[in-house]
Amino acid sequence: MSGTITKVSGPLVVATGLADANVSDVVRVGSQRLIGEILQMKGDSASIQVYEETSGLGPGAAVETTGTPLSVELGPGLLTNIYDGIQRPLTEIRDATGDTIARGVEVPSLNRKKVWEFTAVAKAGDTVQPGDVLGTVQETNAIVHKIMVPPGVSGVIGSISGGRYTVEEAVAVVKDPKGGEHPVTMIQRWPVRVARPYKHKYMPSRPMNSGQRVIDTLFPIAKGGTAAVPGPFGSGKTVVQHQLAKWSDVDIVVYIGCGERGNEMTDVLMEFPELKDPRSGESLMQRTVLIANTSDMPVAAREASIYTGITIAEYFRDMGYDVAVLADSTSRWAEALREMSGRLEEMPGEEGYPAYLASRLAQYYERAGVVECLGSDSRQGSITAIGAVSPPGGDTSEPVSQSTMRIVKVFWGLDSSLAYARHFPAINWLTSYSLYVDTLKDWYDSQFPGFMALRDKAMAILQEEESLNEIVKLVGRDSLSAADQMTLETAKMLREDFLQQNAFMDEDAYSSYDKQFRLLGLIIRYDELCRDAMAKGADLNALFAIPARERIGRAKMILPGTYETEYGEIEKQMRKQIADLTAGGEDQ
Amino acid sequence: MIREYQTISEIASPLMMVKNVEGVTFDELAEIELPNGEKRRCKVLEVDGDVAVVQLFESAQGINLAGSKVRFLGHPLELGVSEDMLGRVFNGMGEPIDGGPAILPEKYEDINGLPMNPSARAYPAEFIQTGVSTIDGLNTLVRGQKLPIFSCSGLPHAALAAQIARQARVLGTDESFAVVFAAIGITFEESEYFINDFRRTGAIDRTVVFSNLANDPAVERISTPRMALTAAEYLAFEKDMHVLVILTDITNYAEALREVSAAKKEVPGRRGYPGYMYTDLATMYERAGRRVGKKGSITMIPILTMPEDDKTHPIPDLTGYITEGQIILSRELHRKGIVPPVDVLPSLSRLKDKGVGEGRTREDHAGTMNQLFSAYAAGKEAKELMTILGEAALSETDKKFAKFADEFEKRYVNQGNQTNRSIIETLDLGWELLSLLPRSELKRLKVEQIEKYMPKKEEE
Repeated sequence: MSGTITKVSGPLVVATGLADANVSDVVRVGSQRLIGEILQMKGDSASIQVYEETSGLGPGAAVETTGTPLSVELGPGLLTNIYDGIQRPLTEIRDATGDTIARGVEVPSLNRKKVWEFTAVAKAGDTVQPGDVLGTVQETNAIVHKIMVPPGVSGVIGSISGGRYTVEEAVAVVKDPKGGEHPVTMIQRWPVRVARPYKHKYMPSRPMNSGQRVIDTLFPIAKGGTAAVPGPFGSGKTVVQHQLAKWSDVDIVVYIGCGERGNEMTDVLMEFPELKDPRSGESLMQRTVLIANTSDMPVAAREASIYTGITIAEYFRDMGYDVAVLADSTSRWAEALREMSGRLEEMPGEEGYPAYLASRLAQYYERAGVVECLGSDSRQGSITAIGAVSPPGGDTSEPVSQSTMRIVKVFWGLDSSLAYARHFPAINWLTSYSLYVDTLKDWYDSQFPGFMALRDKAMAILQEEESLNEIVKLVGRDSLSAADQMTLETAKMLREDFLQQNAFMDEDAYSSYDKQFRLLGLIIRYDELCRDAMAKGADLNALFAIPARERIGRAKMILPGTYETEYGEIEKQMRKQIADLTAGGEDQ
Repeated sequence: MIREYQTISEIASPLMMVKNVEGVTFDELAEIELPNGEKRRCKVLEVDGDVAVVQLFESAQGINLAGSKVRFLGHPLELGVSEDMLGRVFNGMGEPIDGGPAILPEKYEDINGLPMNPSARAYPAEFIQTGVSTIDGLNTLVRGQKLPIFSCSGLPHAALAAQIARQARVLGTDESFAVVFAAIGITFEESEYFINDFRRTGAIDRTVVFSNLANDPAVERISTPRMALTAAEYLAFEKDMHVLVILTDITNYAEALREVSAAKKEVPGRRGYPGYMYTDLATMYERAGRRVGKKGSITMIPILTMPEDDKTHPIPDLTGYITEGQIILSRELHRKGIVPPVDVLPSLSRLKDKGVGEGRTREDHAGTMNQLFSAYAAGKEAKELMTILGEAALSETDKKFAKFADEFEKRYVNQGNQTNRSIIETLDLGWELLSLLPRSELKRLKVEQIEKYMPKKEEE
């Protein structure tokens, strides 16, 4: 069915003659067949947001509805790929149209020609329900792609056989009780704005190891949890996101570059294939799907990009995998929402954002979680959703930050003054929080007894430093008691020798839990030993000057495999040097 | 298809409504012919049925509803590009204004360009030596980067930008370069300062100037930078040149954008600027870069003056979120007489990590960079404390840091506008300054590098 354009205003197009179309249908606009989506219907006229530049479009041009909502294709071939906001493969677009993105390009999301080796797991005669695994495809060296019975299909397998297939060929046929036959291919289509179904949702209980000391130790996030990273420009949001994408102990990473810089996506594209996953030993790209809708690409597709990303994440979750979705940045998504809302002449809410901003954000983050997947084997999968927020001027009192903070459980607040002093990651320990600390305590206690106690102590010291600093500003450091000066010194060590972590140095980019635990232990033990020694009369400045201090300062750079013994040596040295000072003190 | 109408129904500068039109498309260019034969240009912002809303690029003065004709040209605003543009001066609409002959274009390009495919980008990694220590040593510029200068009114940003344009080169290469300079709403004097500098150094023959001065139509400022970038894209990606684009002043651009948005009665965002300003600025800034398999590159230095010296004002704020870092000038350093007054701590180059190190600059670059930053931050903190409590209240270490901060500003930052320091000189100066500090404080440096590069103290 087709209609006719009556109005064009930027990415918003109004067309008549579409009485039978549905809201949210994808339409093809004009002779270039630009992709659009119906936002509103009034009589037989529809308001359409067009995902491509509308220059050259005018009244009279044809609009054709496809009758289906905006959907993504799910199947083998997603991993290692880079897509735009509406899942068009950018590498293949480049082959078709060159270095810039021309309009109206039609390239299927999943490669139709590529042949995959399908290994059947189920056999003919098995009774299956939605979500049951029919077979597997080794998609990359790191990831086995499970071919599942799509939602809405159940019955008895009529035929199934392993072999080499393209994504469109049927690998099995399922007969339903009424006798209908459903050929199952390796490709599923799913509307992006609808969450994929699951059986149950559970409370998150396992931590996601990010390898970042300030995150894992002070503000941990659970698998299946939600987090926000707000910060002004230059505070290192993107580096934090990249670090999480690189080192998180999840099976799949979906990285959404939503209205951000083109070079950042290029960086990921160049770097990830070179980096090795510390667990599987395979390249990081093999577990990664990239969605790139950079800031110069059409704004309407930016709005769709986070849904495209999370739908792909849900598909991998349904296979029983732990998935992390990183969206950089949700503020740009909200701005796209605001722009479309303005063109629809809706009544604006706060700062021009539409009134439904908060509910849309909540819907997005609510798609995260730990679930029991569809299928009879009760496997579990999880989605951890982490969103960067770019508040104007770094002021988090604006609507996007505030709406996000009401939803997420972990808040890593980035601070420009830390960034100026090149304290990275610039996560401010005073404003950040994690509501998972209590939930994850059992896990930490069982795996690393004593870790949580060290953490609490470190947090207390950092908090105390803040109030002591106020006093220092007024009266100077010398007028503090020796114990308070010790607190300041330990806090400085915590900041410089533990929390600071250089993402660009191979030795320091990733810290295992064990290394974090031992390193933090060294610093806290130094604090305790010094306090004992002070009580016995040792000189404060001499304690600060012991040679072991410099070794602690460089301890984070020690590589896995050697740090265990080296930390042991440092501790021995430290104990001896402090004991010597005490003995010396007693002699006098 | 050329269609002409005499049906202008409303003019509210810079917008105009034309009725009873047919076949008009969004973003199309049009020409208005006044009764006296004068022609002005405009573009279509919206078509609703048979009514087109067009935006004038020039003033509306003298347009008469009954006697003026509007002719729709069937294509968006284009620039005719050719290598002959080098050495020429154009106005904000791309017409030559230097008295020379018209350009014979090789082809016409839509000035809005097309978004670059992220998978076609090549990551910028070639170190550009600007000869300015605070940039080379601490906020390294690489080819294909967009690095703005955030200035305040009354600060010498033009001198710094001209110094960069004059001294910038890639070590060990001799490739063809070009400068594209867009004057957006700046004064004659400021524009002439740049052009004279290009003339003095002979760079003028390799420079394309697009000039929209303060007394030229404000709306034209929206197309000026896009004209410049279209020319830059042509020179970089079709003629294999390394192009340095200087856009000054983005603040004037944003104000023109606000003017048009207000005339369209759009819902304003922060401080009256339109909600889509981020996207609009991004479609300009993101045109900088490198492409896989192409020799040329576009390196961009936009200059903006922060209203009220406020970095959180929407113009610097949105720019900072798009560009790959920023060089911030400080009024305080300017008052102290430090030239160029680069405020090192809040300045940043996001692409520095790939451009420095062994093989590009020197192995110790990354380490000294970090150490200088944190030492200067510590030194400034110590000096702050000193002003409140007096010098006696500082510990010995803090005193050393305070001295370091002073020396750093005096010797490292304050190099003047004519000094061209090589990267090796900059790095060595960094080590010399770091030798003022106790070694146990230099945690960000590798021990081997301290042994190798730290100057030995004479008195010890």
